[in-house]
Amino acid sequence: MLTPLALEFAYWQETIVKIVIGLVAVLLPTGALVYMFLFKMMSFMQSRLGPMETGPHGAMQLLAEFGKFLQKEDIFPSKADRWVFAAAPFVVLVSTFMLVLVLPGGPSAYFTDLSTGIYFALAVSSVSVIGTLMAGWGSNSKYALLGGLRAAGQLIAYELPLVLSVVGVVIMAGTLNLREIVLSQSDFGIWFIIPQFLGFLIYLIAIQAELTQPPFDMPVAESELVTGYLTEYSGLRFLLFFIAEFATAAIFSAIGATLFLGGWTIPFVDPTAEFMNYIGPFVLGIKMIGIAFLIFWFRVTYPRFREDQLQRLAWKFLIPLALFNIVVTAVFKVVF
Amino acid sequence: MSTDTTEHTETNDEVEIVETDTVREALATAFADHLGDGCIESHITPGSDLWIRVDRSSWVDAARFASGPLGMSWLDFVSAIDWMPSPFGREMEAEQDWVVHGRDERQPAEQVTGYAGGDTRFQMLLRVYSIDEHIGVTIKADLPDDDLSIDTLLPVFAGANWHEREIWEMFGITLTGHPDLRALYLPSGFEGNPMRKDYPLVARRVKPWPGIVDVEAMPAADEPAADEPAADDTTDADDTTDADDTTDAGASA
Amino acid sequence: MTAELTLPADALANQDLANNAQLRYIASQAADSRINVELETEGMTLNIGPQHPATHGTLRIVAKLDGEQVIEAQPIMGYMHRGYEKLTEVRTYPQVTTLINRIDWVGSFANEVPFILAAEELMDVEAPPRAQWIRTALFEMGRIANIMLFLGDMAVQLGGITAVFYAFRDREFVLNQIESATGGRFHPNFNRIGGIKDDLPAGWIEETKSAMVKVREFCDEMEDLVVGNEIFQSRCRGVGVIPAELAKEYGLSGANLRGSGVDWDLRRDEPSPLAWSEIDWKVWTHPDGDSFSRYWVRLQETREASLMVEKLLDNLPAGPIMAKVPRIIKVPEGESYVQTENPLGAMGYYVVSKGELTPFRVKIRTASFSNMSITPWLLEGVYVPDIATILASLYFILGDIDR
Repeated sequence: MLTPLALEFAYWQETIVKIVIGLVAVLLPTGALVYMFLFKMMSFMQSRLGPMETGPHGAMQLLAEFGKFLQKEDIFPSKADRWVFAAAPFVVLVSTFMLVLVLPGGPSAYFTDLSTGIYFALAVSSVSVIGTLMAGWGSNSKYALLGGLRAAGQLIAYELPLVLSVVGVVIMAGTLNLREIVLSQSDFGIWFIIPQFLGFLIYLIAIQAELTQPPFDMPVAESELVTGYLTEYSGLRFLLFFIAEFATAAIFSAIGATLFLGGWTIPFVDPTAEFMNYIGPFVLGIKMIGIAFLIFWFRVTYPRFREDQLQRLAWKFLIPLALFNIVVTAVFKVVF
Repeated sequence: MSTDTTEHTETNDEVEIVETDTVREALATAFADHLGDGCIESHITPGSDLWIRVDRSSWVDAARFASGPLGMSWLDFVSAIDWMPSPFGREMEAEQDWVVHGRDERQPAEQVTGYAGGDTRFQMLLRVYSIDEHIGVTIKADLPDDDLSIDTLLPVFAGANWHEREIWEMFGITLTGHPDLRALYLPSGFEGNPMRKDYPLVARRVKPWPGIVDVEAMPAADEPAADEPAADDTTDADDTTDADDTTDAGASA
Repeated sequence: MTAELTLPADALANQDLANNAQLRYIASQAADSRINVELETEGMTLNIGPQHPATHGTLRIVAKLDGEQVIEAQPIMGYMHRGYEKLTEVRTYPQVTTLINRIDWVGSFANEVPFILAAEELMDVEAPPRAQWIRTALFEMGRIANIMLFLGDMAVQLGGITAVFYAFRDREFVLNQIESATGGRFHPNFNRIGGIKDDLPAGWIEETKSAMVKVREFCDEMEDLVVGNEIFQSRCRGVGVIPAELAKEYGLSGANLRGSGVDWDLRRDEPSPLAWSEIDWKVWTHPDGDSFSRYWVRLQETREASLMVEKLLDNLPAGPIMAKVPRIIKVPEGESYVQTENPLGAMGYYVVSKGELTPFRVKIRTASFSNMSITPWLLEGVYVPDIATILASLYFILGDIDR
């Protein structure tokens, strides 16, 4: 991704720059999402103002929250499985950071250009289930255990519609590489959201569940399980979970934008042009925010499902629908 | 109804002989017919309410009769009452008050029971209601002092469970046959039965109640809490005369 | 069960019999049951509360769980028991109203009314018509303020956070009106034996009517946002079904009983000095008896109550607001039981007087106590999320249980 900068770096220098850019690429959208949607949009939808005191319209609220979490005591429950408890947030966070690796921000603005890009992304996103289970088990709390198990059941159930909804796009593009998927949308002339609208809907529902956001927030259902697997966490470790949740929301939205909304491309503009490397990430960011808006809109509006209803929705409705979508896409691909 | 408090409740029937309540009289007769000797006494406040006092052995039978044939299947409440006059009065006497006013040596008052009479200190109360007929009845049962126990109503009303647990902890009355008699409100180590009249209100012992001034010396009353007749002391409440000249009165007409 | 089924499994060794399809089936069942024995798990005891978001207050529910399913649930209360029945025995009658305000603290005005009516019945005093009408209007406004909280809270218990903000926002209009008439948002303490404390302030009627319009707008909004929501319906329909007969046996009242299809409302069915019988209104019932029907009935009741308030204020009679009562109130000897249809259900005071300044005994029959007594039966076999649904739909106020 550094080639467009036309600079020569040693390997270690390049690594450091990549880490810094990676951190920015994860934390900046996360902060933007939290501020724009969780603080402000949600408040306006609920006829309140949200944070107003810290900075203009509460713009500095994120820093205040960050400082607050850093100051909090890092509490370990007395009979917790200490190592598991301590490691769980990092496992979740690592899976989030791995996701951003394959995300292309321009024709040559990417961290790595894996030929199995989307496959890799969906695979590492599942790693967070292990972190969630670790948190649920390690807390030595019944609420946390129930929450962790619910999360595991839910994430595994919705992994399948998520993968299957992407298959339609992959069939149309004929590649697993995310950069090439973007370029093939450009070749195609239309974004995949139009031929793959069904897939897009399934993808939206599935990531909503993967993110454990309402209406799929049973693992952290506050009226039943207090906050599920997060119950015993405090301070920095809680913050890590929080960042991971919203960073994953940002990245899933960005992947959705890449798959269905043409990624970094702008209609009628050459997608491989050199300048796309510079404006591409911002175009992608705008599309990401568009999808994230939908996610948070659902979050504010809907009550939550019950565990059995959620499983039924996944196995009996979404998966058959996704399979149907794949069959239809494949038929069209062969015929035309 | 009579405001003459000196008369005993049994004589109320003579006072209110002008008013009749055929529905409730029929109900009282039905109870008497069904329970026979088990139905001891009844009292009717015409147009308002009916009290039946039954023998302890007929307690469950009376409830079953009310809920079944009489259709009073809605359980209002089950409770108890301790008719012993409180040896502590209004619990106004904190130790500070004794210093100021001197201690009032209280004479134990005579035990007077309420409607439909009563012979013993503790009485059970059961209120059932008929949703179809819109009529309710309060059933009472005396409990002998040496054996504070009565059969549970659970076979008739499943909802009596919590009510009876409350009676058990608050009055110390044993509900025979109740499967789960444990404290409902009080902590498990609590001693005593707070709703008994001889159970002191400890909070009043340790701290005088500030509200004491409200009732002791009212400016207009010469002898507060003494024997002033109620009718003589009648005054218009201050607000009464304001009613006509409020601005809303016009809008409301 | 295992013992029965191992026998055919052993018989499976016999080749001849193994061809028997039925035996093969039994053998597979036996194998399954062996696996189940290995995996047999102990139940988990989950303490929900005393401090837990679903119990809004300090109710504690000890639930024995098998996975997500509740095997047995026992509510434990008393964390807020304040001993009001004992305290009333040392308070004078006017002082008691201050106390009983705090029983159901979100519908406090309604708490005062049955006690005052019981005392008035014993004293043979009747408040003048204007006082009764104002009482009725404030009673219904208390009901609206109370149930609006429920309408938002039930949604938030099911995870829909937005509704509760709307509820708090619009409830404020009603609370403001209660405050401007009585001086207290939550604890008006406005009833006196023989009437009410003050007449209505200037301009109050018009403001209240506009607040009632906002209440109805809120009800429409809830109908769109909550009642019409498929997820809300799938979470509520068929959950926590109470048969009507059982509801009566447990003494359920209010919307919980009307949600089970029992057409009974004390406001309509019991003679009362309050002005309910003077105006036209409707009692809403729903035949299903599940959580959804309880929500639906309460929503309709809120709308109905706002219409009732408007009708009451339109026809408010002129006249005094206090009857002649002694300055020092001594209630003659007697017993009286008065029950009214409070926001949470039937609330009654059994007042026993010995002709003194204080009641001899007051038995306070609260709606939530009876409504909640059905929970051990109701929570058996439901899933953990349904606990929140059922508790929310029964709508209890902790003070109303614990007294």
